Amino acid sequence: MNVIETRGLTRRYKDQLALDDVNLDIAPNRIYGLLGRNGAGKTTLMSILTAQGFASSGEVRVFGGNPFENEQILSRLCFVRESQKYPDDFTIRNALDAASLFFPNWDAPLADRLLEDFQLPNPKKHRIKKLSRGQLSAVGVIIGLASRAELTFFDEPYLGLDAVARQLFYDRLLTDFADHPRTIILSSHLIDEVANLLEHVIVIDRGRIVMDDEVEAITGSAFAVAGKSTVVEEFVAGRPVLRREGLGALASVTVDAPLQAGDRERAESLGLELAPVSLQQLIIRRTLKANERFGSPAAADTNVEVAR
Amino acid sequence: MIDDSKPIFQQIAERIEGDILDGVLPEEGQVPSTNEFAAFYRINPATAAKGVNLLVEKGLLYKRRGIGMFVAPGARETVLAKRQDQFYRQYVQPLHSEARKLGIGVEELTALIHRSAAEHEGTPAP
Repeated sequence: MNVIETRGLTRRYKDQLALDDVNLDIAPNRIYGLLGRNGAGKTTLMSILTAQGFASSGEVRVFGGNPFENEQILSRLCFVRESQKYPDDFTIRNALDAASLFFPNWDAPLADRLLEDFQLPNPKKHRIKKLSRGQLSAVGVIIGLASRAELTFFDEPYLGLDAVARQLFYDRLLTDFADHPRTIILSSHLIDEVANLLEHVIVIDRGRIVMDDEVEAITGSAFAVAGKSTVVEEFVAGRPVLRREGLGALASVTVDAPLQAGDRERAESLGLELAPVSLQQLIIRRTLKANERFGSPAAADTNVEVAR
Repeated sequence: MIDDSKPIFQQIAERIEGDILDGVLPEEGQVPSTNEFAAFYRINPATAAKGVNLLVEKGLLYKRRGIGMFVAPGARETVLAKRQDQFYRQYVQPLHSEARKLGIGVEELTALIHRSAAEHEGTPAP
């Protein structure tokens, strides 16, 4: 049974569509990436799925029911928000204690190990209000991991975390997921950084789902070929081209189709190099193309954010 | 570690093949679990499982129910034959074509290989 199902989910803010006819089926025990630019609708979607926001129309089913004011469903969810608010006088320990009461699968030893891993200050003395942005993110990450909630949302959880701390988060997420499989939805615009963690990718662009597929299926649906431009052109003739780059007599072409049987051997005999296209590259190319097709005036600067 | 040159599951499969070839993973020896591969290479466990399953399909690994994955008997020889075939295409052919570009004839190339072998003499084989 699916963990989440949405049908025709729409959220309107005045005259703006934050979510536009979103239909999703989220399967259990996988790591999903919810990817898109800032303002694409990621947080709005997660807020509605966790009953912290309302849909204007459409249906939401989480664990088969409507999550709104449904304690039985809500106790199985954990939503780590980008800007999580805590009571002013809360210490780190207070926040973890409160979480331990709320989440039935809470793992206190894991939370303590993570406190050390992330090198947070004395949890009993240090108020959350006084933490740096990165330390605040670390508290969110610790609660998200130690909650062991059946459905855990991480909304851009890395704000202010440096590369070492982010890697630590990814490592702990993978090992804990392996030992305790559950459904993880990780929202991010650092696509290359999280690509290897993900099994399934959902890309949202201006409130619409523009991609919803397995990572392997997406990256396997295109390839790049490089070599002498005349030979490359001969190789890609009749195939859909996503992008062309040239440097003197050399060319690199991204083909928007899977490799055919015999392609590898043929490329090798022609002296061409084949390479996969990264998830980030594909998402940028595909969403750029979609925008061009719709003739959007914003197409020129679209996904600059994603490319960062 | 993992790079962008090939699909990740394929890289995992090739690394396991390499370990079988080197004897790091002996025949009838147990292979790390997909979760261990996932943690080590920092990839999704489903991707690691796909790489392992590729080798199960090739008959290089086999599953013992409830225990785990093991290297099949004869696996090393299969990998060795495959790598020797690859060696010709990956190294010998490009070597020859690069040599031709540089005006190095086949005889001169052979002499260079002998020289390289002589220079390696005395140093223990890896």
